[in-house]
Amino acid sequence: MAITYTSGEQVEVYRFSLPATILIPLTAVFIQAWLPLRFPFFSNFDLPLLVVIGFATARRSPLAGLITGGLIGIFQDALTHQPIGLYGISKTVVGFGASSLGIKLDVENAGARFLLTIFFYVMHEIVYFMIARGLVGLHMAWSWRHELVSGAANALLGVLVYMLLDHVKQRT
Amino acid sequence: MDVLGRYRNLIVLVGVLFAQILGLAVQVKHTTDSQSTRLIRIWAVDSVTPLEKVLVWTQTSGRNIWHNYFYLRGVRAENRSLKAQIEQMSLERVRMSQDADQARRLQALLAFKEQFISQTEAAQVIGSSGSELSRSVYIDKGEHDGIKPDMAVITADGIVGKVLRVYRSTSQVLLIDDQTSGVGAILDKTRLQGILRGTSSGEVVLEKVMSDETVPAGEQVLTSGGDGIFPKGLLVGRVMKVAPGGELFLNIRVRPAADLSKLEEVLVVTKIDEKQAEPDQGTSVRAIDVLAERLPGVPAKTDTSAAPSNADSDGKPKPVSPPASATSGGPITAAASADTKTFPKPTKATVDPKPQPALQDTPH
Repeated sequence: MAITYTSGEQVEVYRFSLPATILIPLTAVFIQAWLPLRFPFFSNFDLPLLVVIGFATARRSPLAGLITGGLIGIFQDALTHQPIGLYGISKTVVGFGASSLGIKLDVENAGARFLLTIFFYVMHEIVYFMIARGLVGLHMAWSWRHELVSGAANALLGVLVYMLLDHVKQRT
Repeated sequence: MDVLGRYRNLIVLVGVLFAQILGLAVQVKHTTDSQSTRLIRIWAVDSVTPLEKVLVWTQTSGRNIWHNYFYLRGVRAENRSLKAQIEQMSLERVRMSQDADQARRLQALLAFKEQFISQTEAAQVIGSSGSELSRSVYIDKGEHDGIKPDMAVITADGIVGKVLRVYRSTSQVLLIDDQTSGVGAILDKTRLQGILRGTSSGEVVLEKVMSDETVPAGEQVLTSGGDGIFPKGLLVGRVMKVAPGGELFLNIRVRPAADLSKLEEVLVVTKIDEKQAEPDQGTSVRAIDVLAERLPGVPAKTDTSAAPSNADSDGKPKPVSPPASATSGGPITAAASADTKTFPKPTKATVDPKPQPALQDTPH
């Protein structure tokens, strides 16, 4: 049985099969947890975030986007030692925003996807920063340069991830 | 109703965010894991770690097959070199035991209590948290292996962190470079004490050292034992940079001795014994015994009261013969040449005929 979330708008709306809906986020979180041990620079990437953006822009349903984002974020939170909800809230916001924007914009080409990913990466970091500092009381330093460079690196990887997701998404 | 339908997505968004913020606030208020989040963590860890274990096992097996069966180039030469090192270190051990024994006698006089790592559990690092703001790793040992929260985790190079959460067959280890960690530390030479903490950027700093103190760069940082987790005297790292900090304290950056970004195998300290130091009594190993064991030319003699075995009837020391491989006309191996080169002939300076506590060693 395939899970479908459609907005009902006059745009192309895609769906993902149940195995893809479960296994892709799981694989993303697994790679995110495993790869930095072998390649420490990989901790600069946020693969689960790219999956959230990829799913949200393809499904184009704000409800589906925020639920997917929230669940993936909470799953990611559970592997850290920080309170659960930091990634959950950030990715809920990004999932909602990406799917809402996906309804209005054409996000099928690589250029648009690149810019969209930078934008949502920075948004994710801002939300995370605010909650981590304001609510949890973590000491964090904000650097626009670092965030923009990381955003660009994530966007490059994101374009590749979205190309892979294109192969598993199904037209409704 | 129309308004509700129109703003349905926004209402759901606000509801979901509110629920998560509420949950977060509850967790922040209660520092210990509540049952609900504990369950979520168990599900998440159980869904990720089995695959990580399989991958690490495959990787390790493949590497072992390659190193143990195929890639054996240079092993013979390495073996010879290691043997030579063992010979050299055996004598060094005897020499160093003099100081150790003297220290133990002094400690006994002061009723000093020592901490000993009496039991460890080797574990493999199988995964990380995947977040820069949560510097923690997962190991493949858990509750079933006797791991408990707050146990120290070390490597041969230095300390790594402490066990934070324990699951059935895995555990989460909080690294010393995480900003929520804290380790009691002491500088080796200046004996200044401070608290070792991580920063959000992953650096390790030594805090609470007064700014009027002088701390040279390169000085070793050891555990002080004050945190109740790490036994005293374990290597933490070296001072990298010292700068004036705020509030009358120095800002001391420390480079951890263990490479925290490339951890593969660690030791979990499962038991620490504390006992009062006692001077060594009873069985002792003398330098001459070690020489006799290592060098075939020296006859073994165990009676400490008798004259040393390499002294003749006049009490004059006899020269030590080189190893058999060297005397039999065979090729002089690296070990043999190291023996003759490193160990001087046992003149009076190296093996004194009179029994001396300086040559005693701790029983093993």
